[in-house]
Amino acid sequence: MKWIVLMALLLAGPSWAGDARPLGDDPAVEARLKQLAVELRCLVCQNQTLADSNAPLAEDLRREVREMIVKNMSDKEIIDFLVSRYGDFVLYRPPLKTSTTLLWAGPFVLLAGGGIALAVALRRRGRKVEQAMITDEEHRRVEQLLSQGVKRP
Amino acid sequence: MNKFLLPLTIFGIMVGFLAVGLTLNPREIPSPLIGKAAPTFALPQLHEQDKVFSPSDMKGQVWLLNFWASWCSGCRTEHPVLMDLAKSGVVPIYGVDYKDQRGEALAWLDQWGNPYLIVAVDAAGRVGIDYGVYGVPETYVIDKQGLIRYKQIGPLDDETLAKKILPLVKELQAK
Repeated sequence: MKWIVLMALLLAGPSWAGDARPLGDDPAVEARLKQLAVELRCLVCQNQTLADSNAPLAEDLRREVREMIVKNMSDKEIIDFLVSRYGDFVLYRPPLKTSTTLLWAGPFVLLAGGGIALAVALRRRGRKVEQAMITDEEHRRVEQLLSQGVKRP
Repeated sequence: MNKFLLPLTIFGIMVGFLAVGLTLNPREIPSPLIGKAAPTFALPQLHEQDKVFSPSDMKGQVWLLNFWASWCSGCRTEHPVLMDLAKSGVVPIYGVDYKDQRGEALAWLDQWGNPYLIVAVDAAGRVGIDYGVYGVPETYVIDKQGLIRYKQIGPLDDETLAKKILPLVKELQAK
């Protein structure tokens, strides 16, 4: 009996799981909105893009961007509109400017610095090992001590 | 001693950066509008709905523009500060009721008091976007030529008022 139930459940009719219905009706506009919205930041939930966030301000900003797209404003004009009001932080990717050089270059500079420090430390350690030359007499003693250690119960 | 010097120096530099970082608020977004003309708008007034308020009405005066809403708890926090400031008469305060309901805004002002000479209604939040508002309350100090001179993000407190805003207002009023 349970096999019949199991089969019935597995043969349940196909369900349609589609995308959520977009807020606007024109797919071309919505596509452009999405393209822009993933490059913009939600200023309330500051770690989310404008596309991801559910904050009321994000909805307002998406509405603004949608209206600008409908007015046929270029990407640059739309971004300039937002940056002139909210500053560079509204861009999800920090722009490359003189003020953000440290932000962009910093990690690589630190990595290079760490790499150099490592190379120097290893070279120094290599030299120390070379200097520890021992005589044959001491070498025999070391062998003896080591073999004694193995015989420990 | 020498081999400790390099890590110690690096540590010292890091502590310096961290100490400065602790005093900064990463959520604050400085406004690019400082020093620029306050964006124009013409919004209906809250109390007298057939009248309109516009920043150009205020040319020649130094004034405060405060974005608030009845649903905003920070606005409730800063409200006593605004009431005291309004009573002192040092600088006129004008409000923008941001994304609010008229009935609730009126009730809020009736209950807690009205520090504003005029309240403009920004129901859709579009004027807020023009001013770079990303959360209420936010307050702008605007000078006689209509330029934004200072933006307070979050509730006003007595300390900021005394140390930053009032000295700025007095300086701008003297010009």
